[in-house]
Amino acid sequence: MLAGQKLRIVAMSTVVAAFAVTSGSALAQKKYDPGASDTEIKIGNIMPYSGPASAYGIIGKAQAAYFQMINEKGGINGRKVNFISYDDAYSPPKAVEHARKLVESDEVLLIFSPLGTPSNTAIQKYMNAKKVPQLFVATGAAKWNDPKHFPWTMGWQPNYQDEARIYAKYVLANKPGAKIAVLYQNDDFGKDYVKGFKEGLGDKAKSMIIVEESYELSEPTIDSHIVKLKASGADTLLNFTTPKFAAQTIKKMGELEWKPLHIITNVSVSVGAVMKPAGFEYGQGILSAAYLKDGADPQWNDDPDMKKWIAFIDKYMPGANKADSGLVFGYGSAQTLHKVLEMAGDNLTRANVMKQAASLKDFKTDVALPGILINTSATDFAPIQQVKMMRFKGEKWELFGDVISSDAKH
Amino acid sequence: MELFINQVLAGISTGAIYACMALAIVMIFQAIDHLNFAQGEMAMFATFIAWQLMQWGVPYWWAFLLTLAISFAGGVIIERLLFKPLAKAPILTNVAGFIALFAIINSVAGLIWDFTIKQFPTPFGSSPFLGSQLISTHQAGMIGVTLALLIALFLFFRFTRIGLAMRAAAAMPESARLVGINTGWMVALGWGMASAIGAIAGILIAPVVFLEPNMMGGVLIYGFAAAVLGGLTSPLGSVIGGFLVGIFENLVGTYIPGVGNELKLPIALALIVIVLVVKPTGLMGHTVVKRV
Repeated sequence: MLAGQKLRIVAMSTVVAAFAVTSGSALAQKKYDPGASDTEIKIGNIMPYSGPASAYGIIGKAQAAYFQMINEKGGINGRKVNFISYDDAYSPPKAVEHARKLVESDEVLLIFSPLGTPSNTAIQKYMNAKKVPQLFVATGAAKWNDPKHFPWTMGWQPNYQDEARIYAKYVLANKPGAKIAVLYQNDDFGKDYVKGFKEGLGDKAKSMIIVEESYELSEPTIDSHIVKLKASGADTLLNFTTPKFAAQTIKKMGELEWKPLHIITNVSVSVGAVMKPAGFEYGQGILSAAYLKDGADPQWNDDPDMKKWIAFIDKYMPGANKADSGLVFGYGSAQTLHKVLEMAGDNLTRANVMKQAASLKDFKTDVALPGILINTSATDFAPIQQVKMMRFKGEKWELFGDVISSDAKH
Repeated sequence: MELFINQVLAGISTGAIYACMALAIVMIFQAIDHLNFAQGEMAMFATFIAWQLMQWGVPYWWAFLLTLAISFAGGVIIERLLFKPLAKAPILTNVAGFIALFAIINSVAGLIWDFTIKQFPTPFGSSPFLGSQLISTHQAGMIGVTLALLIALFLFFRFTRIGLAMRAAAAMPESARLVGINTGWMVALGWGMASAIGAIAGILIAPVVFLEPNMMGGVLIYGFAAAVLGGLTSPLGSVIGGFLVGIFENLVGTYIPGVGNELKLPIALALIVIVLVVKPTGLMGHTVVKRV
């Protein structure tokens, strides 16, 4: 439908005269690959600004705004970021086309935060063959942490399977006799959670899970599934759904007065975009896990780090809906890339960018929860592996317990 | 047995959603003899307008009426600007026009109001209806409004001068023109009414499925299935079709193991195909005879 339409966000027009800066004395040590120069770092990005996943497009906009802010503050080690973002409409063939264009025609140094499991899967081989970093991909699939086979691809957020394992651990520890119902979206997203959860329960999965129900993204309402799950007599619900359906579930369960132990995914914890529309009174006691702060949660209003984020939104994305978790996510991942490029210094080769990305030690973004640190190594390409459990109370999430790491290396 | 009854009740309440949408589909089909693929998106956009008015402090019922007026005008304007010039064009051109409209409205809504889901108020409340938790007062209200709308449409088409003129213009444009009916404007009027009915559908559906730019995607397909099942020429048939599709979908999803859940949407599509092959006029539609 919108073929050929390209939304190009160029964070900064690149008209800085080259001679103005090239007179430095450290010239000898500077090393560049395509996309980097004394004045500029070109970063590619692929986002679904249109199409079925267009809700995530806000992440790309937040990242563009972040680099605009960095440029106004003088850039990264004196170099301006030229952020080139294309719209793939969540379509893998288009993602491949854009990846080629970014690498071969725009000649970017790296592709940052391309969004979606299908699109990233489609471009992964190409990026690795070309040896161009596919850095901090915006998907929670478990497969991005595979430095042995794909040394040019790296994830960012905790992956869905690890998150589900943590829920399994929680259920085993706190409700060992649970009769579990599982509701999941019938696609890679939902199935990753189910897989992780079952692995987490281990041998007990068969006896503890009494009913599994899936729904399609195209269904207008999922009332019928909830009715069926309630009838099963389950006392624990693992709700592996995306935001809209999570809100529908919470509301419907409230109306049916069904109150099992209820765990929802980190994808659907937004106070403004899930819990409020569903009705706070129905959301009491729901459990989930988090690694980022919620932009609409008043408990962070006085948090010095989060204040930076709020100031950023107010100045560079005025009018944006702070409840949109994409704004937090985009800021956090862009800040991580900022850190990596800073560490790379004047050695802006693709190999060094990957090396630096794999050398993050206890890095903390402004938007991560207290205690959640980013660590990577040559064998660990999963930057965020920690979450905190939380419980919904009143109008906000209350964190409880310690930071939990997904210990398993798979 | 309890599960069966519960699923039927839940089916009736989702069926009300489809019935509402099917009414708007029948309305436009009566007026222009095509299905409007952008119907759902127009309804969604109207619902956003209502939401925006309420955000600005307009009381519910005023926002409701204002939205109906705006949607009506919007429907007429779209017909005058976009589809009147295409009236003589081949059907594929029209279909392309509908699809373009679909994509444009969807993207513009996303641009203005972004994609996070929004809560939409209901005037009926959401407590259990007659002691049944499966049908809330909102859903009962929705069924009531749909039926009221149905009666109003019936009376309009049977007893008012404009209603009769619209039917004449759709059934026999040549003769209608000869007796002095402005058929062009009747089509525009049909667009306006379909758009306003769509707005009512959107406003009633939003409290259940939550307001967001993609909220009508699935609903429109089920609405099509309902309208085809009931008969594209019969408002009453389309409403009955809506409830039947809702119940049918739930029962298949519950009782046909392995197949049901994965194939809920294909079931709606299969229903469209089967009805069109076996009984093209649907349950209650009448045969349209065309002289060629």
